[in-house]
Amino acid sequence: MTTTTLTQFPVESDRTKSSNPVLGRLSDVWAMTRRNLVHISREPMQLSDVTIQPVLFTVLFIYIFGGGIPIPGGGSYTDFVLAGLLSLNLVTSTMGTAVGLSTDLHEGMIDRFRALPMWRAAVLVGRSFADLMTACLCALIVALTGLAVGWRPDASFASVIAGFAVVLFFAYSLSWIVACVGLNSKSPESATSFGFIVLFPLAFVSNAMVPSQHMPGWLQALVNWNPVSAVTAAARDLWGNPNPSSTVQAWPMQHPVEASLLWSVVILAIAAPVASRFFRRRTTE
Amino acid sequence: MAIPASTPMIEVEELTKRYGDTQALAGVDFSVEAGTILGLLGPNGAGKTTAVRILTTLALPDSGHAFVAGMDVVKSPGEVRRNIGVAAQDATLDPLLTGRQNLVLVGELSDMGRSASRNRARELLGQFELTDAADRVLKGYSGGMRRRLDLAASLMTRPPVLFLDEPTTGLDPTSRQRVWDAIRDLIADGVTVLLTTQYLDEADALASRIVVVDHGRVIAEGTPLELKEASRGAHLEITLATENPVAVAALSPLVGGKVQVSPDGRRLSAGVDITTGLATSVVRALDQAGVIVDNIEVRQPSLDDVFFSLTGGHIADGGESDDLEDAVSEVQSSEATRNPDNRQFEGINA
Repeated sequence: MTTTTLTQFPVESDRTKSSNPVLGRLSDVWAMTRRNLVHISREPMQLSDVTIQPVLFTVLFIYIFGGGIPIPGGGSYTDFVLAGLLSLNLVTSTMGTAVGLSTDLHEGMIDRFRALPMWRAAVLVGRSFADLMTACLCALIVALTGLAVGWRPDASFASVIAGFAVVLFFAYSLSWIVACVGLNSKSPESATSFGFIVLFPLAFVSNAMVPSQHMPGWLQALVNWNPVSAVTAAARDLWGNPNPSSTVQAWPMQHPVEASLLWSVVILAIAAPVASRFFRRRTTE
Repeated sequence: MAIPASTPMIEVEELTKRYGDTQALAGVDFSVEAGTILGLLGPNGAGKTTAVRILTTLALPDSGHAFVAGMDVVKSPGEVRRNIGVAAQDATLDPLLTGRQNLVLVGELSDMGRSASRNRARELLGQFELTDAADRVLKGYSGGMRRRLDLAASLMTRPPVLFLDEPTTGLDPTSRQRVWDAIRDLIADGVTVLLTTQYLDEADALASRIVVVDHGRVIAEGTPLELKEASRGAHLEITLATENPVAVAALSPLVGGKVQVSPDGRRLSAGVDITTGLATSVVRALDQAGVIVDNIEVRQPSLDDVFFSLTGGHIADGGESDDLEDAVSEVQSSEATRNPDNRQFEGINA
């Protein structure tokens, strides 16, 4: 490419036809992921829900509520609540996916993407990958804050990592449900309100912050079958931290790791195709 | 892919498209020969953007056919996308990326590969005089810089067919000139271009053929010269120092139609044919009649005037005497729509 001469008709345009369609799709996804990561680096305050919020929640729960909450079966509240804080932060931060997608659809850029010979779903998948990376950052900050205030896992390193992975996988699946909401919302602002109406109750009506044993019976049933409870209990088990739910006679509480993975796989298997259908519908005229 | 030079690179047949209650396209036909530039001229809401959206695979037609580089835009959108570059009238670049990052992203998503994308981006940034701003975030770009970058983005893959949707709307004269120069270079390089514009002078300056659309239909087609021939008439407007009944009588022999007088009697207007020394004769005639003139204006045929002469129906219905009022109000309303601040995008929002 030495001169600025443009295509001499009938020469084909400059694209190197991807020999492998899968590789082509992966490279589209990677390009879109990087674009979203650059966005974050431009406006780092957007990250406050995965950086400042975890620190704030940890300090709030451990120092303000912690002293008043006894753990059935013994153990410190700090060791108990850290898995819950991880779930709470990761579940609520999925809101970013809805806001991000809604913003993408409302900016003119989507038209350029649609006129390029790219894999269209890369817009969705790239978004979800970038959000998974910020979720990993969030998990790291929760872990560091926890260690600073006295949280101590009692398990092998691999098991501790597995605990984080279970929660991150669930948050990733959940982000596809949230993506469906973002793809159907009229504006990025209305996508935000979904977070408060659905994600906060989902995170709080669980065993994440307090043991479920003290709750009324009808609520206990709800809590025991809330996927967030299974995910939180799984992390507690894998970290060797106090897990009062292990005495609860409900299948997800008896098999938290299996239940978490099952929930995550089922949600992903349903929500991802639905999201791509919504995306196709939103971008067809 | 050897295409004989006579094959149209863009072909549109009986295209229709409706958005809700708006018939954006009501059966449009045109074609663009390889290596030429076609100006699609029309006011806002005429259907220009809708046509471009269908041709660039962003919208599906309700009926009719459209082919780009010999491929059906509905049946093989992927192949069409491999052969086109698009610079839309909306900002279609990422405001949070730098100019360079935007170009590289477009290149990578077009399967160009990373290093080829980088090289091509560097080349285009230089060509469009954006090298100094290349690593600044787009938010800080001026309108003219954004349009140049948009144009650069559409050229990343050296596409044989290029769509430019109102590339200079809202630009200052200097930026406009630079965009024009860039488009002229493209024509010289043999790219086929479809350019939409609201400005007759732009179509005149760049296009080898012009298709005029209004209300979703093609109302005229021809070379710029042919179209201007069809609209030789101009408007004469005179402002008097004081009201003077003699003025109309003095003016009438010089103008073709009837002279319109404003309610305060000070402003006179009439349709005229452009002739040499027209303004001199008018002033002289009025002076001899003892009329004192504050201001005289001969308005050259504008795009609006082209529309009047082409759409006939708008003017002919009410007879000559009522025409001017209609014409003036239409000129005003169409000038209002030119204002980029209250301009509405056709089709997309409908």
